[in-house]
Amino acid sequence: MSVPRFWRNQQSRYNLVGVKCTNCGRTYFPPRSLCPSCRRLGKLEKFKLRGRGEVVTYTVIHTATDGFGDQVPYVMAIIRMEEGPQLTAQIADCDPSEVRIGMKVEAIFRKIQEDGTAGLIHYGYKFKLLEGGNAL
Amino acid sequence: MRVAVLGVGVTKFGEHWESSFSQLFVEAGSKAIVDAGVDGKDLEAIFVGNMSGGRFIDQEHVSALIADHAGLTPIPSSRLEGACASGGLALRQGVMAILSGFHDVVVVGGVEKMTDILSEDTTETLATAANQEWEAFLGMTFPGLYALMARKHMHDFGTTREQLAMVSVKNHANAMNNPNAQYHSAITVGDVLKSPMVADPLRLLDCSPITDGAACMILASEERAREFTDAPIYITGSGQASSALSLHDRKAIPVVDATSNAAREAYRRAGKGPKDIGVAEVHDAFTIGEIVAIEGLGFVEMGEGGRATEEGITQMGGRIPVNTSGGLKAKGHPVGATGIAQAVEVTLQLRGAAGKRQVDADVGLTHNVGGSGGTAVVHILEKG
Repeated sequence: MSVPRFWRNQQSRYNLVGVKCTNCGRTYFPPRSLCPSCRRLGKLEKFKLRGRGEVVTYTVIHTATDGFGDQVPYVMAIIRMEEGPQLTAQIADCDPSEVRIGMKVEAIFRKIQEDGTAGLIHYGYKFKLLEGGNAL
Repeated sequence: MRVAVLGVGVTKFGEHWESSFSQLFVEAGSKAIVDAGVDGKDLEAIFVGNMSGGRFIDQEHVSALIADHAGLTPIPSSRLEGACASGGLALRQGVMAILSGFHDVVVVGGVEKMTDILSEDTTETLATAANQEWEAFLGMTFPGLYALMARKHMHDFGTTREQLAMVSVKNHANAMNNPNAQYHSAITVGDVLKSPMVADPLRLLDCSPITDGAACMILASEERAREFTDAPIYITGSGQASSALSLHDRKAIPVVDATSNAAREAYRRAGKGPKDIGVAEVHDAFTIGEIVAIEGLGFVEMGEGGRATEEGITQMGGRIPVNTSGGLKAKGHPVGATGIAQAVEVTLQLRGAAGKRQVDADVGLTHNVGGSGGTAVVHILEKG
């Protein structure tokens, strides 16, 4: 991913910054430039997610795309954040067989991938299972 | 609405190392023209579905390439792109061009040349159907997205791993009777469950293959069609819907809302419902895809897709045979061509020209999905 394309999203990737519509109260992550519910009536402000959520569904990737081959098998999940938005992220620091739908997770800061051997190293959010975060 | 299908043509699906992108399209187009009994000068416009000429063969502007090599210049040629639903979009564009009265006879086609690059590069290109910044960049793969749906379906509805495999087993069995299919190999549930893991719970034999191929149809207004045939097959319904590009932005995973929204429109335009459909080609890019498709199209209740598959409802001879061609799984999935190839199969079924895989049906349906469900296109076809 090119430097400006990554740089543009840095706040969201490093600090889980999304937006909140002050008209309807809905939160969005990643940020949007228009509230799909309120459209022209919406007013979006930056909004930082607390970083906690639960696993909606997950998979264990065995055949990865370029840049992720050395991590297989790794867990990718859709996570519903406490504030409402859902996002896709890796669940790290676990045995893939431990993960279950409904488990509580928390965001962590990790290296995501790198552009070859001489390019940019991209950092961002992954998630870890919370202790006592057993499936509901 | 009624738009006549005058002619259909497909290449064999598979690895065509000896054929180029334009050769594949010209072969399918020539077959469709001969089948229709029309002449080149009758054709007024071309609509072609193609997902990624840019990445698969490093060529954009494929609409002009095709018109040129088909000897059809100067008629207008336009490319439609909606990832794996590109062919469905081209079909719908042709239908609308005729219904609007703008054109009387058009070519709709789809083509993809996927084996000119390494399979890792093909995988990356297919992943561009997902959200690049917020799914793929973080390590998500295209099979991974369908695996997320499969896991949720199994969790919420008790769908079993074996039921997923049965989709693949059925479609491979159907492809045995389709000479144009990529695979002519019967497989068992055990074969699927022993195949390499791709994205848990989906294994290699849950996934459609990498395929070269093209498919074409000649469409005409009802009035012009009478010059060429007494009994055309008609397209009587067309629906298309969009949804969030990212799977995580859909609140009711694994419901593919674009499918049900597109189906609602197509049924309404045709004046038909799910119970009227006698044969269907649905988007089984992954086995879970067929299960959520038959639910979204209303063939079975939500959550019942796995059990319905196990009960044989979708098999040859079942209540509603699904993917008689072998589907994307076994016929092959040249992404841009798939939406057209589905309509070619349903046309052959309604004509009674489907050979050993013939079923008894008066009304058929096609269902084409882009990405993990950001786009869906549904068409309904009927005997005249």
